[in-house]
Amino acid sequence: MSIITVKNLRKSFGAVEVLKDINAEVQEKEVICVIGPSGSGKSTFLRCLNLLEEVTGGEVIVNGHNITDPKGKININKVRQEVGMVFQHFNLFPHKTVLENITLGPIKIRATEKAEAGKLALELLDKVGLREKANSYPGELSGGQKQRVAIARALAMNPKIMLFDEPTSALDPEMVGDVLEVMKQLAKEGMTMVVVTHEMGFAREVGDRVIFMDGGYIVEENEPGELFGNPQHERTKSFLGKVL
Amino acid sequence: MDIIAAALPMLVKGLQVTLYIFVIAIILGFLIGLVVALLRLAPIKILNWIAKIYVDAIRGTPFIVQLFFIYFGVNSLNIISLNSTTAGIITVAINAGAYFAEIIRAGIQSIDKGQTEAARSIGFTGTQTMRYVVLPQAFRRMLPTITNQSIISLKDTSLLSVIGIADLTQQGQIQASATFEAFKIWLVVGVIYFIIIYLITLIANFIERRVQVR
Repeated sequence: MSIITVKNLRKSFGAVEVLKDINAEVQEKEVICVIGPSGSGKSTFLRCLNLLEEVTGGEVIVNGHNITDPKGKININKVRQEVGMVFQHFNLFPHKTVLENITLGPIKIRATEKAEAGKLALELLDKVGLREKANSYPGELSGGQKQRVAIARALAMNPKIMLFDEPTSALDPEMVGDVLEVMKQLAKEGMTMVVVTHEMGFAREVGDRVIFMDGGYIVEENEPGELFGNPQHERTKSFLGKVL
Repeated sequence: MDIIAAALPMLVKGLQVTLYIFVIAIILGFLIGLVVALLRLAPIKILNWIAKIYVDAIRGTPFIVQLFFIYFGVNSLNIISLNSTTAGIITVAINAGAYFAEIIRAGIQSIDKGQTEAARSIGFTGTQTMRYVVLPQAFRRMLPTITNQSIISLKDTSLLSVIGIADLTQQGQIQASATFEAFKIWLVVGVIYFIIIYLITLIANFIERRVQVR
């Protein structure tokens, strides 16, 4: 059964229609990579999956909840607890230490004991290789370190799905590898992931399926070998020709 | 020197009144400012308008007119009867509240949208996001301007002497006319205000250093 279902999704900012009739499904434990040129709507698409963007039309069903139900019976905050998100610009809380960044959600939302939340946070920091930074502030970290903390912060809520919005686009090239490594590990552990990315190598290697978007449409979607090796549409060919 | 020594006990008494009014009014004013700022930013048009009208009305009129309106104007309606101290506290509080509202609103809006998005994506409600993520950061940024407004409000309390509140300025007036030593008395009054305000500045600097975001 699919864990995310998107039907006829449309999104406009004022008069500009950014998403035009998007249909997609994500299966449990699947890693979907979304690629495409700037302005193709891929980030907006991702942000509709946890309603950071209000949709203009269509349906988004996450984990069995129709979050676009106009009658609004769904508690979106509850749904979001199960959907972690990682941003291009990290968005760590600068007034909190690394450890506090990770424990804030569990303590305030889940009412987890402080000690227990701290223990879980340290485990997650181990996982992303940053235990020694637990008491540092975000401002003291490099970009790559910040992004790994951001991943740990999202994981602390024990989500069923992780959304990544160009997680390596704001990083120095040498930092990219560490972040991708953590994401690969997550994929291996069976996390359901939707990754908007410009890292074609990652999409090819880790993605179960790749979605190519352009002009607010899903132009083509396929398993990575096929999409990269044998693109069907002209638009896909010309995009891949430029980036590969 | 004798004159100053003789006047000093009364001036200190006046200072106590000044500080008493200032502390209560500034706390009330801050709470008003916080509420009005949140109304101003609420996603409900009518609340935005109420907040905006309040801020514009206070900013657009002189303090002394506000004071007379509340003390003489409101009292003349014979609905409630405010003594001068209460009227003074209310005036300073609603006056400071309007300026605090703008300071707090600007502070909240200066926090990057990504902070809110990150908090919401974790599952925080709008209120929790404000409380744990946005406001703590915004307050750090607002501190210098909050200090500034507090100092202005402290100085505004000297105008309360005109409705007969026995604050530092009023006591200065009394002592100056009783002793015919206006120069010395007003110099001392000025020095006392200066010291208090300087102390506030020092405390504010200390707090600012303590809560600095690393």
